[in-house]
Amino acid sequence: MKLMILKDYRLIIKSCFLMASALALSACEQPLNDPYPHTDADKNIYYSSFIEAPKSLDPARAYTINELQFIMQIYEPPLQYHYLKRPYVIEPLTTVALPTITHLDGADQVLPEEASNEEIVSSVYTFEIKPGIYYQPHPAFAQNEAGQYYYHQLNEKILEEEDIKTLTDFEHEGTRELIAEDYVYQIKRLADPRAQSPIFGFMSEYIIGLEAHGKLLNKQLAEDESQQQRTRFFDLRQYPLEGVKVLDKYRYQIKIKGQYPQLIYWLAMPFFAPIPWEAEAFYHQPGMSVRNITLDWYPVGTGAFMLTDNNPNSRIVLARNPNFHGENYPTEGAPGDREEGFLGLAGQELPFLDEAVYILEKEAIPRWNKFLQGYYDASIISADQFDQAIQVDSQGNLQLNKEMLAREFKLTAGVDLSVFFLGFNMLDPIVGGYSERAQKLRRAISIAVDDEEYIDVFLNGRGIPAQGPIPPQVFGYLSGKDGINPYVYDWQDGHAVRKPIAEAKALLAEAGYANGINSQTGESLILNYDVSTTGAPDEKARFDWMRKQFEKIDIQLNVRSSLANRLFEKILNGSAQLFSWSWLADYPDPENFLFILAGENSTVKEDGPNRVNYDNPEYNALFAQMRLMPDNEERLAIIQQMLDIARRDAPWVWGYYPQTFTVTQSWLSPSKPSGLWGVRLKYIDLDPQKRAQLRRQWNIPIFWPVLIILGLLIIAFIPVIIQYWRKERGAR
Amino acid sequence: MLTYIIRRILYAIPVLIGVNIITFSLFFLVNTPDDMARAHLGEKYVDQAAIDRWKRQYGYDQPLFYNAEGEHINRFTQTLFFQKSIKLFAFDFGISDGGRNINYDISQRMWPSLAIALPTLIIGLLVNITFAMSMIFFRHTYIDLWGVIICISIMSISSLFYIIGGQYLISKVLHLTPISGYDTGWQSIKFVVLPITVGVIAGIGAGSRWYRTIFLEEVSRDYVRTAKAKGLAEIKILFKHVLKNAMLPILTGIVVIIPTLFMGSLILESFFAIPGLGSYVIEAINQQDFAIVRAMVFLGSVLYIFGLILTDISYTLVDPRIRLQ
Repeated sequence: MKLMILKDYRLIIKSCFLMASALALSACEQPLNDPYPHTDADKNIYYSSFIEAPKSLDPARAYTINELQFIMQIYEPPLQYHYLKRPYVIEPLTTVALPTITHLDGADQVLPEEASNEEIVSSVYTFEIKPGIYYQPHPAFAQNEAGQYYYHQLNEKILEEEDIKTLTDFEHEGTRELIAEDYVYQIKRLADPRAQSPIFGFMSEYIIGLEAHGKLLNKQLAEDESQQQRTRFFDLRQYPLEGVKVLDKYRYQIKIKGQYPQLIYWLAMPFFAPIPWEAEAFYHQPGMSVRNITLDWYPVGTGAFMLTDNNPNSRIVLARNPNFHGENYPTEGAPGDREEGFLGLAGQELPFLDEAVYILEKEAIPRWNKFLQGYYDASIISADQFDQAIQVDSQGNLQLNKEMLAREFKLTAGVDLSVFFLGFNMLDPIVGGYSERAQKLRRAISIAVDDEEYIDVFLNGRGIPAQGPIPPQVFGYLSGKDGINPYVYDWQDGHAVRKPIAEAKALLAEAGYANGINSQTGESLILNYDVSTTGAPDEKARFDWMRKQFEKIDIQLNVRSSLANRLFEKILNGSAQLFSWSWLADYPDPENFLFILAGENSTVKEDGPNRVNYDNPEYNALFAQMRLMPDNEERLAIIQQMLDIARRDAPWVWGYYPQTFTVTQSWLSPSKPSGLWGVRLKYIDLDPQKRAQLRRQWNIPIFWPVLIILGLLIIAFIPVIIQYWRKERGAR
Repeated sequence: MLTYIIRRILYAIPVLIGVNIITFSLFFLVNTPDDMARAHLGEKYVDQAAIDRWKRQYGYDQPLFYNAEGEHINRFTQTLFFQKSIKLFAFDFGISDGGRNINYDISQRMWPSLAIALPTLIIGLLVNITFAMSMIFFRHTYIDLWGVIICISIMSISSLFYIIGGQYLISKVLHLTPISGYDTGWQSIKFVVLPITVGVIAGIGAGSRWYRTIFLEEVSRDYVRTAKAKGLAEIKILFKHVLKNAMLPILTGIVVIIPTLFMGSLILESFFAIPGLGSYVIEAINQQDFAIVRAMVFLGSVLYIFGLILTDISYTLVDPRIRLQ
C-alpha cells in the first residue's frame, strides 16, 4: 500500500514537472503576460492607451484631447500643421494651396491688399481641393449595379432581420471621391442643434448666415416629434447657407464678417473636416442610434487611418485606410530636427503603420508597467513614475536614468500650449481694480507665490514658470532677459531669479497692508481662495502649500474648496476672489492667449472666457490692433506692450506652462512632440521584429517562486494534519 | 408562493419610485441642468444660448417635479421627473446624455463584470467556508488562533494593496499573466485569472471570519452535542450537519448579492482594465450624465429587490419549515 502511494506521489511530481516544462517551452515562443493575440506579435501595429473614453467622435462636436487624438487620424480638414516646423506653420492638407483671401467692401467689391481694416467689411476664403481623394470604405457609400444605395432605406425591422449590431455587420462597402460640397456640408452641420457643436455660437459671429441657418434648422426640428428629432435625416444640401458656397466640384468659399486672420487655424481643426451627405443619410435612419451606429462612434473620413473597432469602454482600433490619397514625410523641419532624427524618414510615403490599437487604461501604475514590459510603444511620464524614470544631471537637465537608457528608451519633452494660473477677480473690492494699491497687492502676492517651488514639489519639474500668458513656441514669447516679468523676476547671471520676499512685503506695505494688517481698519488681511476639490491624494498638500505662500507675506488665506460646478458658478457671477484656472489653446497664435485678458471677453459682463474680468482700455485697444496683424516686428512690439501692461496690472499670478514628458521604445521612430492634439500617427514608424524579440527577452516567465509558495502552503498544512491526527487519536 | 412573489413585486413599485425621487433630488441638489450642459459642451466658447440648446435637445429644459405652467395632470407629467422616469419602469433606459444607448452599453459591459465577479464569488465561497470550517474544527487550538490572526491581517490591508501587489508579483516580476486588459471568449481566461485570485484572497479575511461566527453558533447547539454523544466523527458533524443548518444565514448574505454581481467592482475593474459596469456609474457621475446615473441606480434597486425575493425563495428550499405566504 505504501509503495502504491509513493508511486502515485512520484507520478504527480512527474506530471507537474512536465506541465511546467510545457508551459515554459510555450512561454519561450510567446510571453505568458502578452495581452495581445500571439498572431499579432510580428505585425506592424502601434500600441498605445487612452485614459478616458471619448464622448463623441463627431467632428462637429469633438473638442477634447481624448477625442481629437483619434479623429485627427481619420478626418482631414483642408489645412494642417507642418509636422516639424516650429513655431507652428499651417500648410495645405487636402487643398492644392492655402486658401486665397479676398477682402470686400460694403458693396461686395474687391478691395486692394493694402486696404485698411476700417474699409474691410467682409472677407472671402476660397479653397480648391485636390482631385482624386477618396473616402475610406464604408457601407454608407455602397451601391448596387443600378446605382442605388444598399443601405439608405433601413429600418428597425430590416436591421433586426439582417442581425445588424455594429457597423462591421454590413456586407457591402463603397467609397466616393471627396468633393467641395462635403466641406460645405460639415460647416452647415455646425449649426445643426443635434450636433451640439461647441463652436457654433463663436463661429456664428464670423461666418455670414450661420446663425440664421441654425435658427432655420431649429424651426424645422421643432415641427417634429421629440423622438424623431434625433433620428431624422435633414439633407443639409437643401438648406443654403449664405456665407458658404460650393463654386464647383473642387472649389468652395467661406465668407466671414470683417477680418479674422485666425480662421486659418480653425480650418486645420476637425470642425471643418468634410462630411459626406451619404454618411448622415445612413446614420440618421431608424434603429441605428439604438445600436450606437452613429457618426459619434463611427467616423467616415479620408485620412490615413479609419476606425475599425470602437469599444470606447475597452479599446479603439484604427487601421490603415486603403483609399488614402498618399502623402510624404516632410523633407524639412526646424533647426536641429535632423540631428534629433526627426528627418530620418524624409520623403517616404505615409503612413507607415498598418494598425493602431488603443487600450483604455485608467490607472497609471499598470499603464507604466505595461510600457516597461514592451506592450505599449510610448508612455507619458506621470508624477508617480517620474522618479523611476528621470534623473537630474549635473547641469540640472532632466534625462532618463541609467536603467532606462540601458533599455534604449528615448525621452522627449514638449511644452503644452496651455497656461495654469492663479486668477484675481478684477471686480473684487480687495484684490481687484486698477488702482496703484490693488496693483501692488497683486504684485506682492505674485512674488510670494513661488511657482518654481510648486513645479518642483507637485510636478516633478514638468513645467516652465510663466512670464505672461504666451507659452514658448508661440509668436510673441521671448526667452531670456527680454522675456521676463520684471515685476516678479530679476535677471541675474543669465537666469530669471524671483524677487526676494522683502520686496513683496514692501509692496504690501505700500498697498496699505503692512505685516498683513489693513492700515485703515487695523484688521488682518484675509483672502478667499476658491478651488475645486477633486479628491486627488495631494490636494490637501497643495492647499497647505498655497496657504504657506501667503503666510510668507503675513496674509491669511482661507481655502474654500467646492465642487467644480460651484466654483464655476462663483466665477460666472463674479463672487470668487482668488482661484486657480487654466487655458488650453485652440491654436498657436498669440491672439488665442491674449484674448482671455481682453475686456470684450469678460466672463461676468460678456459671458466670455476672460475669467478674471480684466478690462484695461489700453490693453483692449492694442489687442484689437494686434489680432488682425500678420506675424511681424510691428506685431511683436505691440504684443510686448500688451504684456508689459498685463504684467504691471498683474490680473494673474502667471503660474506655469506645463510640459509633457514622453518615453518611447527603441523600436519606434523618433516622434516630434507637439503641443497640439498628441501623436500624429501617420508620421510614426516602428520595427515589429525588434519589438517582438525584446518583448520575449523582457518577459521570460519565472515559475520557481510559485513552486516555493505552493511548497510553503503544503508545509503550512503539516501542523494542521498533525493536529487533526492528535485530535482523532484523542477522540478514540 | 406565487401570491407572495406577486405581492413582493407590487411592494417594489413604491420603493422604486421612492429611490427614483431620492436619486433625482440628490443629483439636482449638486448639479443644475446648466452644469450638465457645460460638462458635455465644455467651457470654451459656450454661451447661454448653447447651454439652452443642449437642455432643449436632451429634455432638461423642463421643471424638476412640478410644472406651474401646465394644466391639470400636465403639471406633473410635463416635468423632468416624470418624463425621465416613466420609461425606466419598462426597462427602456434610453440614450445617455453623451448619445449612447444605455441598454446596449449595459448589455455589453455586464459580461466582463460577470466573468470576474461570478468565479470570485464561487471560489471565494468554497475557500472561505473550508477555511472557516477548519478553524471551527481546530477551535481552542493555536490553529484557530492563527487562522483568526491571518483573517484579521487580510481584512486590515486595503484591497488596493492586493491588486497592486498581485500585478507587481505575478505580472511584472514573474511574467505569468498580463498586467491588465480583457478579451472575449477563451482569450479572456488569461486576463481574469489574476483579478479572480486577487478578489478571492482579498475576501478570505472577512468571509472566513463571518462564516466562523455562524458555524461557532451552530456547533454550540444541542443537535451537535447529541451527534457527538452518538459517536459521529467531528468532521462529518461539521460538513454534513452544521454546514446544512448554517446555510440559512449564509444564503441571506449570498443570494441577495447574486443578481447585483454584474454591477462589477470599481477598483478591480479599473486597475485590471476590465470593461465592466463597475466604473460605469462613477464615469457617469464625473461626466454628469444623469441618464446613466438614474438608469444604474434604478437597475441596482431592482436587482437588490430581486435578490431579496430570491433569498426568501431559497429559504424554503433550505428549510422546509419556512412557508412563504
